[in-house]
Amino acid sequence: MPAAVLLVFVLACAVLGYRVIAAVPPLLHTPLMSGMNALSGITLLVALSALSHEEPGSLLALAAVVLATGNVVGGFWVTERMLRMFHQRGKQEAEE
Amino acid sequence: MYSSVIVPLVYLLAAVLFIFGLKFMAHPRTAVRGNLFGALGMLLAVLITLIDLVRFEFIVGGVLVGAVVGGLLAVKIQMTAMPQLVGLFNGFGGGASVLVAGASMLVVGSEVAASEAGGGLYVMLTATALSGLIGAVTFWGSLVAFGKLQELDWFRKPFHVPAQQLINALLLLATLGLAVWMITSDSEMARGWLYLGIVLLASVLGVFLVNPIGGADMPVVIALLNSYSGLAAAATGFVIDNNVLIIAGSLVGASGIILTQIMCKAMNRSLGNVLFGVLDAGGLAGSADEMYATVRSTSADDIAMLLDGAQRVVFVPGYGMAVAQAQHAVRDLGRMIEDRGGVVEYAIHPVAGRMPGHMNVLLAEADVDYEQLKEMDEINPTMGTVDVAIVLGANDVVNPLARTDPDSPIAGMPIIDVDKARTVIIIKRSLSPGFAGIPNPLFAADNAMMFFGDGQKAILDIVSAVKEL
Repeated sequence: MPAAVLLVFVLACAVLGYRVIAAVPPLLHTPLMSGMNALSGITLLVALSALSHEEPGSLLALAAVVLATGNVVGGFWVTERMLRMFHQRGKQEAEE
Repeated sequence: MYSSVIVPLVYLLAAVLFIFGLKFMAHPRTAVRGNLFGALGMLLAVLITLIDLVRFEFIVGGVLVGAVVGGLLAVKIQMTAMPQLVGLFNGFGGGASVLVAGASMLVVGSEVAASEAGGGLYVMLTATALSGLIGAVTFWGSLVAFGKLQELDWFRKPFHVPAQQLINALLLLATLGLAVWMITSDSEMARGWLYLGIVLLASVLGVFLVNPIGGADMPVVIALLNSYSGLAAAATGFVIDNNVLIIAGSLVGASGIILTQIMCKAMNRSLGNVLFGVLDAGGLAGSADEMYATVRSTSADDIAMLLDGAQRVVFVPGYGMAVAQAQHAVRDLGRMIEDRGGVVEYAIHPVAGRMPGHMNVLLAEADVDYEQLKEMDEINPTMGTVDVAIVLGANDVVNPLARTDPDSPIAGMPIIDVDKARTVIIIKRSLSPGFAGIPNPLFAADNAMMFFGDGQKAILDIVSAVKEL
């Protein structure tokens, strides 16, 4: 993919992302933050690749895989747990 | 073909899923789906990365350990302890970035150097240095924040460092100096040691930055460190030129910055003031006894009577509600008032609690309908029609001095105007000041009554008094 196209895409994501995040209501700011913890675990991709090499650095990569996976799994999971708690009365009984 | 086209495409798809997921976070009805979108994006990105890899025994082992640690934390954590957990995860993110950037330099550095022109190498080394700097500050800053939030003995009192700000500035300069040295160095070996030096200095800086910051300013610190953990990930994305890291990292960075701004605005303080400033107790501190001369205290029975005739009741929770674990008792009392025909709402100040949105999660956990959770700006205009406002474990966010005394340290801070309600009941252990260290004239106002005691026990007492009516 041409670098210019990618650059535009990345910038578009940044602008769009800022607007979308600003629209999250204060009601959900805690789950937003824990969800962001999960997203910052994206470094897992690089940690996995680095761990795949047989080099002196791979011990660092192993530790990074543990931390990043902790973030991804823990972050998404606890966000899910929190979001499930938000409901309207009446509707909640209908769903169960 | 495979790794040059399909992998980047899947990464971009993951980025799109992240953004759509965030869009769904705009409403509690769709937010669960939003989180699922995010998780799906992450799963796709990880799977497509795995296809190319070898040494699966290490990969599976590392992923398993991480998943068990993360999963246990996610399942076991109490909702009152969410600030600590987010703080800890911020640290994980920062730590992972430090390690990954270091590993990439050791593992990939020479390959990149050999295959690419000078520009590629400089970009990569600059990004590595930034990852190390931001990541290490985030990791250690977050651990200190965690210790403070968890109220570990070590962190009760910040240790004193003379000329703290000068030392911080020097540390930052030294770290940047090492970074320039590393970027311009020709030797692989020297770069490794210099990176270690950057990480060590940045670690000390991280501890020093968060060490002096007090409890009620924690929402700002947690939001800021959340942002840093994203920026570190984005910097790591530049190390290996990976777009999905750059996008996801920027999203996290943007989110943290947005929340930091909201928190600072809600305290009418600049970020610099929160991080480096010292709150001075206002000139009124000495006159607290005088101010509190007319304080009236009340009993559970009197409050029950008052609530019996109330049409509209508003609860104003603060960190004290979390400490007393009183959210379930509050929910019970709220339901009883509703059963008697009253309208119940909850007024949430943006900085109530120890992290953004903390009170909302606690009340949602107690099964309070989220439609009843009102933002400050939404409820303030109608505060005059509230019969009874019950302040539970909040202090500075309802202090009218913010409106009336321009010399007060909280001057100009937006507050919840409970003093405009017909009757205000303040549930508190004592008349001690809040974080800002100033007395609160609300406690002595004509329409205010104090109910002294532990938050949970106080509410339970009111509940039984209402039952006996």
